[in-house]
Amino acid sequence: MTAKPNLESIPRGAAPATRESASRPTLVPPTRPLPDDHVERNPGTPLDLDFVRSIRVNRSAVERRSATIPTRRTVKKEWQAAWLLRAITLIDLTTLSGDDTPGNVRRLCAKARHPLRDDVAESLGVGELGIKVGAVCVYHSLVKTAVAALDGSGIPVAAVSTGFPAGLSPIKQRIEEIHASVADGAKEIDIVITRAHVLTGNYEALYDEVRRFREACGDAHMKAILATGELATLGNVARASMVAMQAGADFIKTSTGKEGVNATIPFGLVMDRMIREYFEQTGYAVGFKPAGGIRTAKTALEFLFLMKEELGDRWLKPDLFRFGASSLLTDIERQLEHFTTGRYAAAHRHPMP
Amino acid sequence: MTMTTVAEIFETMEYGPAPESDKEALAWLAKHERVFGHFIDGTWTEPGTVFDVINPATSAVIARVTDGTKTDVDAAVAAARAALPAWKALTPHARARHIYAIARGVQKHSRLLAVLESMDNGKSIRETRDIDIPLVARHFYHHAGWAQLIESEFPGYEAIGVVGQIIPWNFPLLMLAWKIAPALAGGNTIVLKPAEFTPLTALAFAEIVQEAGLPAGVINIVNGHGETGAAIVNHPDVDKIAFTGSTEVGRIIRKATAGSGKKLSLELGGKSPFIVYDDADLDSVVEGVVDAIWFNQGQVCCAGSRLLVQEGVADRLVQKLRARMEKLRLGSPLDKAVDMGAIVAPVQLERIRELVQQGVTEGATMWQPSWACPTEGCFYPPTLFTDVQPSSTIAQVEIFGPVLVTMTFRTPEESVAIANNTPYGLAASVWTESINLALDIAPKIKAGVVWINSTNLFDAAAGFGGYRESGFGREGGREGMYEYVKREVRRGKRDGGTSKRAVPTRNTQRASLPSIDRTPKLFIGGKQARPDSGYTRRVYSPSGELVGEAPEGNRKDVRNAVEAAHAAAGKWARSTGHNRAQILYYIAENLSVRAEELASRIDAMTGGGLRRARQEVDASVSRLFTYAAWADKYDGAVHSVPIRGVAIAMNEPIGVMGLACPDELPLLGMISLVAPAIAAGNTTIVVPSEAHPLAATDFYGVLETSDLPDGVVNIVTGDKNALAKVLAEHDAVDAVWYFGAREGVTMVELASASNMKRTWASWHDRDWLDANDGEGREFLRAATHVKNIWVPYGE
Repeated sequence: MTAKPNLESIPRGAAPATRESASRPTLVPPTRPLPDDHVERNPGTPLDLDFVRSIRVNRSAVERRSATIPTRRTVKKEWQAAWLLRAITLIDLTTLSGDDTPGNVRRLCAKARHPLRDDVAESLGVGELGIKVGAVCVYHSLVKTAVAALDGSGIPVAAVSTGFPAGLSPIKQRIEEIHASVADGAKEIDIVITRAHVLTGNYEALYDEVRRFREACGDAHMKAILATGELATLGNVARASMVAMQAGADFIKTSTGKEGVNATIPFGLVMDRMIREYFEQTGYAVGFKPAGGIRTAKTALEFLFLMKEELGDRWLKPDLFRFGASSLLTDIERQLEHFTTGRYAAAHRHPMP
Repeated sequence: MTMTTVAEIFETMEYGPAPESDKEALAWLAKHERVFGHFIDGTWTEPGTVFDVINPATSAVIARVTDGTKTDVDAAVAAARAALPAWKALTPHARARHIYAIARGVQKHSRLLAVLESMDNGKSIRETRDIDIPLVARHFYHHAGWAQLIESEFPGYEAIGVVGQIIPWNFPLLMLAWKIAPALAGGNTIVLKPAEFTPLTALAFAEIVQEAGLPAGVINIVNGHGETGAAIVNHPDVDKIAFTGSTEVGRIIRKATAGSGKKLSLELGGKSPFIVYDDADLDSVVEGVVDAIWFNQGQVCCAGSRLLVQEGVADRLVQKLRARMEKLRLGSPLDKAVDMGAIVAPVQLERIRELVQQGVTEGATMWQPSWACPTEGCFYPPTLFTDVQPSSTIAQVEIFGPVLVTMTFRTPEESVAIANNTPYGLAASVWTESINLALDIAPKIKAGVVWINSTNLFDAAAGFGGYRESGFGREGGREGMYEYVKREVRRGKRDGGTSKRAVPTRNTQRASLPSIDRTPKLFIGGKQARPDSGYTRRVYSPSGELVGEAPEGNRKDVRNAVEAAHAAAGKWARSTGHNRAQILYYIAENLSVRAEELASRIDAMTGGGLRRARQEVDASVSRLFTYAAWADKYDGAVHSVPIRGVAIAMNEPIGVMGLACPDELPLLGMISLVAPAIAAGNTTIVVPSEAHPLAATDFYGVLETSDLPDGVVNIVTGDKNALAKVLAEHDAVDAVWYFGAREGVTMVELASASNMKRTWASWHDRDWLDANDGEGREFLRAATHVKNIWVPYGE
């Protein structure tokens, strides 16, 4: 194996000691219980290329498991309502269009503060809970608008960054973009990786890139978008997930929403398994964000089942799980209204985001 | 509204109840006043003596079903017999329409069937809804196709007749479909007995059949216990028995039908290995294990119940498994969000408990998840054993419950050794990311089904069935159809010689010099061997003249021959078809060189005349050519199964075969058995014609000059039935063919029950000189079994 030039940039204080690459990591229970609110940030680890290259993913088996996650689990009545409410709090309410303006972003932020009609919330007996979304996600140029519109709500603004969606602009500009978004008030940065590093097996370069993004983020939490639909194989998705976590990602995220295939259960399953693996190896909990194509309450529930089954209840909270979505919220509102009235609901009776 | 509020659940994110409604199923039961007679000749009989049908999840009696008597069985068989001519006479297309209508009917009533099955058996509604019932419909669709194609795809074959079918309780309706669909497609009529624990979906199915307009008497359903099953098995007017269930009962059926002429297919128990190599995707392996042993509460004949893990990854896999087991949900089978339902009956639950206790007593480490198992109803939690050795009881016996035993291995070779260290041979799973390893291991495992990186995949297009004591016969695919058709036999004159044929007196003048004594011996392991007994028997011509002497083989000679055959078996089975063809051609060549000598010998023994004897030798040479030709052409198939992948149906040699040859045509009769057996890759112990053994002892001289590896053909002359009995009883012999008297057939079939070896035994006349009667695919099918290897792919 070649030298690891990136090791110098690891913040030594937080990272666990380098393992002997010859021995496979053994399962160890996390050294500390996860706190209820905010998990300790993942500081990353040295790049463990031997481990990354030993990762095996059997696609057919992953697809079989994925196919039964929605069929083995379901929630009905109060349980479904409660789970959908939880789903709302996990949404990164997103607009990422070329024609975004301050006007539609302010409208989105207003919906983020107040995602559910008061009468529906009251009927569900959750008026007191102050349900709001997890974050609002926009392009850099609209971060300031969103920060202002969400002032006092406690809802963070997430910025897509680093030459989103393709991530092919010069590294210097990509890092500057992170700095600029953080300076404008973004608390979360969704970076995109260079797919070529994965497709060519250049994991050192991938690690180095993500590591530098992570440093640029500073206190802002970093979600690493893998663009799974462009990584060709589930094995690549797994290896990219592991490298991104070793490089210090707070979240790993499936997609920009611009790829041909976006968030699917098989991608989610593979990424969840890597999160579990990393957690068992290091004790650091990394979050997961499926994004793109999640439009229905049913799909949202399927991802919640996936998280609960593969990672546990702790991954059903906004510090470890988010949906990247826009129209999902309206479908959830309709389902919740149906639960309270017994009548099927219409989208136009819910304020649009 | 329950007391649990939305706000509370919002915090806990627990699962709640998600019941599937049983309303329609209860209404269906109520419509029948919860009491059922049998379904015979298209109508429902009046209920007789009834027994309770119990929902194992609630212990509630949900229906009462009539216990079938011998009279009921007689009526059902009579109805099936009466319906047979018209059903057979229908055009293939008409039968296809009927089967198609059944498939549609199953789909139309799919949810009723799913709920009823869950209530009756205790399995989860997810499984009945997503697996059992769709597979039932699929099976009928697939076999509607075989019905349509039967004449073009099975030329020269016809229906067997009235078939008796006895099915188990673990997949009640699916097993019914596996039995009934191919039987109908083949043109047979049916008497089926469901398991006493789970009779209800078969009765709902009978209604579907009625609605679909199937002619009366084609399908008859008689409920009852073991005695009812025995009445079907022993019924003289039943032509075939198909049974799925325990090896213990399979053995009883084998004995009961011995010598009856009934065709038999048995799908029995298993202790299937689930083999994990250190390069497998372990997270996917964990889900595979869930599907292997916690599917249907482990009450699956092909359940991957022995987890064999490469030592270096064993601890890690066990930890992952335990974590996964904590997440399994067990509860009401009608809850849509449970992974596991109820065990079928208290007696079964008790057996599981006893075996688990025995495992603990024997020193294995038992682990169960921390969550509480329901105490009401018949439930048992998923259970994982470690520190298990192949010698442990729980590693050997079929538990038929959600209990997994784990063992480790060091090398691929050792994994195969442990996997095959069982009397069973139903299925296996092989997990590795290396295609080289997977496709190397799959043929080495003694099992009828091998799943690569997957488990418990079933489809109507792929044959399912066992090796060894897991039974014989296949269900599904072309190989399954052969279980429900038989070769049409032209009833014509026999042309073979017999020992009883009167012969003209011949000139027996010898040359003036005394001939040099020839001492025929046994032929074992490529060497001529004197018989253990030290005796020889004199061989006379029909007119009473001494022709020569043959060694008197005994059980020890058979034992030695079997050992020689075993020593040769692996290498011969692995040899290429081309290589086996070369040797068969060479045998033919050398036989033809000695044709005149053999013809004289045959003539001397049988007195059939030299012309006829020459004809026999010529036919023998031709027969050897036939199987030399076949040796590299008896291809398997790639089945079209509904996955991204292939199911490879490989024709594998059965192993070590005992061949008791017909008395007539002493050379051709023997070669007609030996040639297909060795062409297919088996090694053999041949018991030649008892009356005319010297053709065989001459023949080993041919073998010795033909490059045949030692031990592939072993010849033991002597008392045919006594020797055949030793072979049929021998637990290391995998198959026995017997052509001779009916009492010998009965004896062989009875004795074969010791290890449930495959038998092909017939007392019927066979025209060995005829190419239809004496050679071909029928022989090759009997010399092989089909292994289906499922290979999903995709990166």
